[in-house]
Amino acid sequence: MSDATPLNDGTVIHHDPRAFRRPTEESPAARWTLIIGVVAILAVLVYAPLLVVFAEALAKGLGAALTSLTKPEARSAIRLTLTVAAVVLPLNAAFGVAAAWAITKFDFRGKAFLITLIDLPFSVSPVVAGLCLVLLFGANSTLGGILVASGYPVIFALPGIILASLFVTFPFVARELIPVMIEQGRLEEEAALTLGAGGWRVFFTVTLPKIRWALLYGVLLCNARAMGEFGAVAVVSGKIRGVTATMPISIEMLYNEYLSVAAFTLAAVLALLALVTLFLKTALEWHFADQLAATHRH
Amino acid sequence: MHIKIDEISKEFGRTAALHPVSLSVPSGALVALLGPSGSGKTTLLRILGGLEYPSTGRVMYDGQDATGLTVQERRAGFVFQNYALFKHMTVFENIAYGLRARAKSQRPEQAEIVRRVNKLMTLIQLPDIASRYPSQLSGGQRQRVALARALAIEPRMLLLDEPFGALDARVRRELRQGLREIHDTTGLTTIFVTHDQEEAMELADLVVVMSMGRIEQIGRPGDIRAKPASVFVRDFITV
Repeated sequence: MSDATPLNDGTVIHHDPRAFRRPTEESPAARWTLIIGVVAILAVLVYAPLLVVFAEALAKGLGAALTSLTKPEARSAIRLTLTVAAVVLPLNAAFGVAAAWAITKFDFRGKAFLITLIDLPFSVSPVVAGLCLVLLFGANSTLGGILVASGYPVIFALPGIILASLFVTFPFVARELIPVMIEQGRLEEEAALTLGAGGWRVFFTVTLPKIRWALLYGVLLCNARAMGEFGAVAVVSGKIRGVTATMPISIEMLYNEYLSVAAFTLAAVLALLALVTLFLKTALEWHFADQLAATHRH
Repeated sequence: MHIKIDEISKEFGRTAALHPVSLSVPSGALVALLGPSGSGKTTLLRILGGLEYPSTGRVMYDGQDATGLTVQERRAGFVFQNYALFKHMTVFENIAYGLRARAKSQRPEQAEIVRRVNKLMTLIQLPDIASRYPSQLSGGQRQRVALARALAIEPRMLLLDEPFGALDARVRRELRQGLREIHDTTGLTTIFVTHDQEEAMELADLVVVMSMGRIEQIGRPGDIRAKPASVFVRDFITV
């Protein structure tokens, strides 16, 4: 009976449900054109380069690829990149949460300026940011001179690389959190306050659980960028082989020296690290699917 | 608890949300703050609960100055307009939140917390929903859970912001009765905000009619109906 509508006078209008399209649906031709277009673009821009990286890495066999990773230079680059990420992630997670908290839960003078400052790394070229650090902390500046003299050089050393990575990855967590926190408002926090909870308890039991998915996404983005950053790090690191060369910088140096297996193997490891974070994210989402559904929010 | 509001005013930037208002609420009364939106009734309720500080004036609890007390020290059971339940916690966790937030020396044992939460869930007549999340509840159930959560802290007063605003007419009538019963059982001084004159008149012992940040009239429902103090009050209560 679902395809027949009886009218009051007894006549029945038959309509074929297949002939109807939902108002929000496009014609099959338009749909398939779009779908094929998207798949083609993804294939060319995303999947093909990824495949090439792995193909080039394995061009002379798995053995050659693995041997290139055991070289001290490669091992040092991997260690350095992981160290930088391990320092940058918690710091920028904390800064990002603090900034988003201040911007969304309080009204104060200079808020718009603060938001602009947070976005600054998006609009400033990483190379310029690196140069600014060199001017500020380099051996020729007053501050840099004092630091070098007292045995704590910043430029051409680990602290500079960390500072540059902190700068370029600063907006990711805050930018991810701000819209979520604006949408959630402050009512639940106020409710917790009226129930006698102090500021820290409210933060850890109410605010943090509500934003944890957005925070996770922000941290993952931050991680990808911190491990992959080239421009700013290239300027401040001095590219000292085995000392201040991170993975992206080692990849470039190896490639320029026509060591393509070594270069692409290191690139493949970097890509794998990114894939692992993606996999972790998906696994967490799958594991906490109930909770996600219950809170209606990532 | 007897609540006295003494010449309280509130400004947000340059706009005055409340002109100096005074009000005395006898202990154990059920009071409605009635007025259209923008009349300052919610601001007054938030000042009482300690969520806003007044620009001038004092709040007195049982004759003691409470103006400077923090929101935690007020111990006011507050029910928010859209209930503000913690979405990521079960109903049990929501109701137990206030007890768990207490300083260690005053925090009840886990068994005692369970006992008290169960008692409250019986009081709101929803004994079987402890493990559900707020998103799995109906509007009326959420409102009652919010009420139980507010009662769990053994509050000194109950403050409710449009407690029936988001509910359909039938549930609204049921819950009105429910609030009356809970008020009569606990004996708590209760103040609720509403824009619905019928609700105020039917439920409250004392109605405070507000408009444009001022109190237009304070009186028992019958008295306000019989002798409206201004044209505004007369127009607002005649529907």
